[in-house]
Amino acid sequence: MSYARIVWAHLAKDLRLEWRSKDAINGMLFFSLLVVVLFSFAFDPTMAVSRLIAGGILWVALLFASTTALNQTWTRELRHQVLDAQRMAPSPASALFLAKVLANFLFVTMIQVVLGPLFIIFYNLQALGQGWWMALVLPLGTLALVVNGTFFAALSLRTRNREMLLPLILFPVSIPALLAMVQSTSAILTGESDPGLWIKMLGGYDIIFMTLCLLLFETILNAE
Amino acid sequence: MRSMCVFLRHGSSPQILFDSVKPTVSVSNVADIPYTPRVPVATNAIELREVSKLYGTFAALRKVTVDFHTGQSYVILGPNGAGKSTLLRNLAGLTRPTFGKMTILGSGEVSEVRSRIGYLGHDSMLYDELTAMENLRYSASLYEDDSLPAGRWTPEQSLAMVGLDPTLNRPVGKFSQGMRQRASLARVLMAKPDLLLLDEPFSNVDIASSNQMLHVLDQLRAAGNTILLTTHQPDLARPIADCFCTMEAGQIATMEYFPPANVHTEIRAAQEPRA
Repeated sequence: MSYARIVWAHLAKDLRLEWRSKDAINGMLFFSLLVVVLFSFAFDPTMAVSRLIAGGILWVALLFASTTALNQTWTRELRHQVLDAQRMAPSPASALFLAKVLANFLFVTMIQVVLGPLFIIFYNLQALGQGWWMALVLPLGTLALVVNGTFFAALSLRTRNREMLLPLILFPVSIPALLAMVQSTSAILTGESDPGLWIKMLGGYDIIFMTLCLLLFETILNAE
Repeated sequence: MRSMCVFLRHGSSPQILFDSVKPTVSVSNVADIPYTPRVPVATNAIELREVSKLYGTFAALRKVTVDFHTGQSYVILGPNGAGKSTLLRNLAGLTRPTFGKMTILGSGEVSEVRSRIGYLGHDSMLYDELTAMENLRYSASLYEDDSLPAGRWTPEQSLAMVGLDPTLNRPVGKFSQGMRQRASLARVLMAKPDLLLLDEPFSNVDIASSNQMLHVLDQLRAAGNTILLTTHQPDLARPIADCFCTMEAGQIATMEYFPPANVHTEIRAAQEPRA
């Protein structure tokens, strides 16, 4: 059986589970909307100020929201020891990881689709730079969040305080990626600098961490 | 029932073997043992040598040395905390022994033979939100490896074997405990494993569901599969047992071998109320 078909089997299962339970999507949507609305009330920003702070607010909202989904990702595998069945299957462990990353990527992207228009309305945003760069920054930034998040959620799976442990590990490791996301978004919105360098950094970060996580995941999965 | 059995006790670290090919322990009265193997015993499905499993300073398994023969059905008994589940999890490769050597299905590395081992844990290992068929189809997709032996059962066949309707469009979360256990057994059977490790498969299961599972297990035993089953209900498991194996404090204390049972008669007898 091809690797792609195994990844698809895991992914289809995750999408079906989420469609029926809506555990991750509901939590993420509520949390991200709350952050965006609260910040807009707190700052009441002008258009110029919005361009400066919007990048930070957007990615903080997405980071916190995705953390709630990432915790759910593996929790449902722990219920009824389903993870043990997956560990015993002859399929490669990295396929399971890759499918989880793809599923989380889709969930966060769905949140972005809902959040994007609201964000523009609440913060009265209009990009002065080349707005189409956001089509690169958003998927690359989301990938950085979900790759690390999925991996570290698996790492903290067998700990007692895994909900608390995940952000404690994930946030420091994600600082370079967050910096690149915020700076590139701000550069696009203000049009004052070239976001190219930050986007390249984000791409490099994604490649390095995706490779490392795929290689190390089997060890994490079978750790006692 | 006990009068039919041979009762052996070998102290703290027993080596109990009735292998006609290569006995490793000399038992003086072995000729008197009324034991006829269901299939010719040529190999050991499992060989454990001085296997210990430590959790911190607590020893869940203590120098277990035992052989389980191919094609035999072993019912593992013992109080809670005796090490039954730990033993099965080690054999399934879900945990590794801290010390000792395990040879399973001829391999010293469990990961090499994992696809030939079926493990049913305390929990169902199924997703509550999916139907039994969806759960089994997902599981089957992970076992579609070209290197595996052909002729595996389809999800439909597996569910039918355990008496569940493959067209039942109800999520597993809304199943009764008996249905859930049978669906779980169907998942395990689908890959046609050579070695079945079942951890308390009859707990919280009604007698009808238990009997259905027993019939399936007996067919597998007759087909030459090796079965290790833990339970707190020895009478229920007796019809399919070739051997009762008792664990105490992380060690195998006794092994009682039985002559072959007439499963259908014994299941009926177990159902009849006692005088």
